[in-house]
Amino acid sequence: MKDQIEKIKNTAQKEILDVKTLKDIENLRIKYLGKKGELTTILKQIGKLSDNEKPIIGQLVNEARDFINYSLESSIKKIKESNLEQRLNDEKIDVTLPGLHRSIGHKHPLTIVLDDVKEIFIGMGFNIVEGPEIETDYYNFEALNMPKYHPARDTQDTFYISENVLLRTQTSCVQIRTMEKTQPPIRIISPGRVYRSDTIDATHSPLFNQIEGLVVDKGVTFSDLKGTLEAFIQALYGAESVVRFRPHHFPYTEPSAEVDVQCFGCRGAGCRLCKNEGWIEILGCGMVHPTVLKNCGIDPEIYSGFAFGVGLERIAMRRYNIDDMRLFYENDVRFLNQF
Amino acid sequence: MNLSMNWLKEFVDVDVSPKEFSDRMTMSGSKVEKYEIEGEKISRIVVGKVLSIEKHPNADKLVVCMVDVGAIEPVQIVTGAKNLCVDDIVPVALDGSTLSDGTKIKKTKFRGILSLGMMCSLAELGLSVSDFPYAVEDGIFVLQEESCKIGQNICDAIGFNDVKFEFEITPNRGDCLSVIGLAREAAATFNKELKLHKPIVRALAKTHKDEIKVNVPAKDLCPFYSVRIVKNVKIGPSPRFIRERLRAMGVRSINNIVDITNYVMLEYGQPMHAFDLRYIDGSQINVRRANKNESIITLDGNEHKLNENNLVIADAKKPIALAGVMGGEFSSVKNDTATIVLESAIFDPVAVRIASKEQALRTDSSVRFEKGLDKNNCIPALNRACELIELLGAGEVCSETFIVDNSLEEIIKIPFDSGFINKFLNIDLSCEEMKKILSRLGCKVVDNNVIVPSFRMDLKNKNDIAEEIARFYGYDSIPSTSLRGSHYGKLTKEQKFEQKIKNAMIALGLDEIATYSFLSPKQYNKLLLPPEHFLRNSVKISNPLGEETSLMRTTAIASMLEVLSSNYNHKNEKAKLFELAKEFIPNHNSELPNENLKLIAGFYGKNIDFGYVKGLLEGLLDKLFIKNYEFVANSKIAYFHPGRCADVLCDEVFLGNIAEVHPTVLENFNLGKRAYIIALDVKALFDNADFNISYSRIVKFPAVNRDLSLICDREVPVGKLQKIIKNSAGKFLENVTVFDVYEGEQIPKNKKSVTVNISMRSNTATLTDEQINSIIKKVVDAFEKNNITLRS
Repeated sequence: MKDQIEKIKNTAQKEILDVKTLKDIENLRIKYLGKKGELTTILKQIGKLSDNEKPIIGQLVNEARDFINYSLESSIKKIKESNLEQRLNDEKIDVTLPGLHRSIGHKHPLTIVLDDVKEIFIGMGFNIVEGPEIETDYYNFEALNMPKYHPARDTQDTFYISENVLLRTQTSCVQIRTMEKTQPPIRIISPGRVYRSDTIDATHSPLFNQIEGLVVDKGVTFSDLKGTLEAFIQALYGAESVVRFRPHHFPYTEPSAEVDVQCFGCRGAGCRLCKNEGWIEILGCGMVHPTVLKNCGIDPEIYSGFAFGVGLERIAMRRYNIDDMRLFYENDVRFLNQF
Repeated sequence: MNLSMNWLKEFVDVDVSPKEFSDRMTMSGSKVEKYEIEGEKISRIVVGKVLSIEKHPNADKLVVCMVDVGAIEPVQIVTGAKNLCVDDIVPVALDGSTLSDGTKIKKTKFRGILSLGMMCSLAELGLSVSDFPYAVEDGIFVLQEESCKIGQNICDAIGFNDVKFEFEITPNRGDCLSVIGLAREAAATFNKELKLHKPIVRALAKTHKDEIKVNVPAKDLCPFYSVRIVKNVKIGPSPRFIRERLRAMGVRSINNIVDITNYVMLEYGQPMHAFDLRYIDGSQINVRRANKNESIITLDGNEHKLNENNLVIADAKKPIALAGVMGGEFSSVKNDTATIVLESAIFDPVAVRIASKEQALRTDSSVRFEKGLDKNNCIPALNRACELIELLGAGEVCSETFIVDNSLEEIIKIPFDSGFINKFLNIDLSCEEMKKILSRLGCKVVDNNVIVPSFRMDLKNKNDIAEEIARFYGYDSIPSTSLRGSHYGKLTKEQKFEQKIKNAMIALGLDEIATYSFLSPKQYNKLLLPPEHFLRNSVKISNPLGEETSLMRTTAIASMLEVLSSNYNHKNEKAKLFELAKEFIPNHNSELPNENLKLIAGFYGKNIDFGYVKGLLEGLLDKLFIKNYEFVANSKIAYFHPGRCADVLCDEVFLGNIAEVHPTVLENFNLGKRAYIIALDVKALFDNADFNISYSRIVKFPAVNRDLSLICDREVPVGKLQKIIKNSAGKFLENVTVFDVYEGEQIPKNKKSVTVNISMRSNTATLTDEQINSIIKKVVDAFEKNNITLRS
């Protein structure tokens, strides 16, 4: 019986070594270790042995079974490894083949820039207020200290609907509407479309976007105006931006200023970009004219404030090196997909 | 406004470079747009004298000249010019010189004869005959200047060495439209004395009282009117200093009298006019409103029909000038004029502005009047003109000045509050320093009041005074501070909603566009709108740039179609676009129209069909938490395909449309592919969106799915089947998916088969077979009631 066990062990070992598939292994397991397997058959005969032999043969059978089991397991492991290797090899693909491209849409460049501007001002405690684009003469001019036939109206060529209704030339009308409804403190920006009767070319458009701002509170000073706008410009154009304020005139602010940033191209030396001036004008601003406050029912003896306005297209053109304003409104997808 | 540096220097000693002058004037509020140094472009051109002129041996049309240019040897120059004589004084461009157009002159041979330079014409120096009326246009500029030396730089010799500055003058500073006004600003900026000149008129000629009668019936429009008569006028060219200055200021020289009126206007800012007394009918001047049906031919030769709003200067019979705008041709100064009437007056700014606008006539005069002029400047300016006439020997000034003064003597006082100014500007400047700044500007401080000089009509309140202090204290010296107080900024619910829409559209792969709010009336035709369609009732611009942009759009769909079309015609394969666009709908109850915000999306391209677009729309509506939306066919919208258009509803509320564009509309917009539109009302979306989002527990019990194949009439919309299931299945219904619609073999004619998957789930337990069967039975029963059967 000993020999028989030894023989089973040897043939099993040989057969296991030759095996190629997991199914063959399973067959071998059944052949040797299954209910009717060769080793099981021997085990069933143990009862017939003498008491002396029983433990010896029993142990031999157990050893043989462990041995066969071990061989089967290690063979399984090897086959699995080789199968996996084969599979990984077979599944190799050309990763340079193009993907099934899914494109996400694009925000319009003007929206991207406006969102940035909004974010900066929201961070400084401003709210965003919008208003009608078709306005009355009162909100667009009169309330802003520009009565009929005021020469300053010439600087804003206006589209009229009727004698009293027009396309707003600035978003300051929103500021008037806000001041009429709200007592200070007020901190708002009003972005939106404005209209001027300019013929379309690379730098002019009968429709463009403005962002105007208004702060009214007790004790607001000219130096608050400077500090706020410097912070805005540095947030927008970078901390190294050099800003200058120079006196100007707007009927709705007093004192008024225009704000220039030192030319990004030449750092002030003068180049084509800045028309040799070294500076690029980017916004207009000033302390709200006392008459404008009065017009809105705010007492200029108690409150003061400042207002400013900046053109959105101009910021976007500078940021993206766009040299023709018309591109914004032509909406060619080859343009839109660049942002 | 241009400014001659040489002229300015008569009033203030500024001795800085043009660059520094520009920078500092700009920073004190008089913005210099640019400046130009006269003669800057030319170099190595000197005064020469022609010594001899010989025929060119090899060319009939050329001559060979020897020219003395102040060097040891004369230079030989070959020229084709015909206006030369021996002893002529001429500009000579030497070897290596540059002309005003940038041409370089080098020695060269003409038909074998060496030429060492070139004699120049006016144009080659950058000048014209109006600068030197005695010279010829096409030929060598033969100088008739006294005291120029051979070899001298030509610019110095002919006074071509000024610097001209171009200022941007803001509408409030009419006073700066003059040399004296800018000199005052320069004096304040550089802290120099302003040297004003008091004109001296000898006025030797006599006037008798009836020589001219001045009446001003339109007192309200003409607070001050003055004239002076000049006799024995000799019209001729102006002397060089006047021509030089006019040139630098950009004004053409005409003759001595006209030049003097322009000179004084530029110097004092007071427009003047000279009438020929011969043509003043009845020797009377009436400053009155025009009568209906009156007209005038102005100096530019154009006829203007006048109305009662126009202020005119009239003689006994007719208007002879449109007050403050332009004189009449008939009474203007001619070459044989002997007696002139010089006018210096104040006209109402608004009247001048209206006339200038109505008659489309903008002049140096109207620009000044409409900004408001100082009545106290009229007589000094008139005297200055008379002084110049005497100085030039252009006529004999009469002794009497005829004045009609209806003006009110008004002294503007503004409380001087240095405390306010310091606080308002956040600076710390002493009272004395402030007073110094104000006095440099012509203001006085008396008893704590700022007395404003009459030429500063823009100074009205304490903010104005603060600005004057700030300008000369220096805007850049004022500190920068940040805002105080605890404020927080945030977007409103509506603004956030709009951002959410944009973000969702972008995530769905759409590009955002921006279109003009204008439309052409033709676009309504392109959209096939019937003549009386309500969308044709648009807000019209009364002064549009052109018909193309003459209406405010009542539908942004047209704008979208234009963009789709232009992309298509630029050969872009596909476009998936959206815009949040305003539409303008006239409102009978209000002066202003309604401005409605719309979400417009437009599509064309491969693989894009109605189902694709609808899928995107569903994705959007889900993201916006708009529930219970449904699509109902609508065949009545003119610009949409009648069989491929749906109203989008939410609980019966109209949100908008989704549709394929009508083929004829595609053709009208020149779009060669099928296009699709989504148009939704943003407010309706907002009103129907759910903002109260709360978490619902994730159910651990499995869902059960059952497929049903149904047979129904072809015409029955699948949406109806879904609705029947939703209404009948009860609370365990989780979802209904349609996954097959089939017509054809095995299906009766005019019928279709629709296969749906019904998913059911309970929150509390796994559904039993019994429960499931009961649900399915309810659904099947409901279908049967609607004549829809199970496919066997």
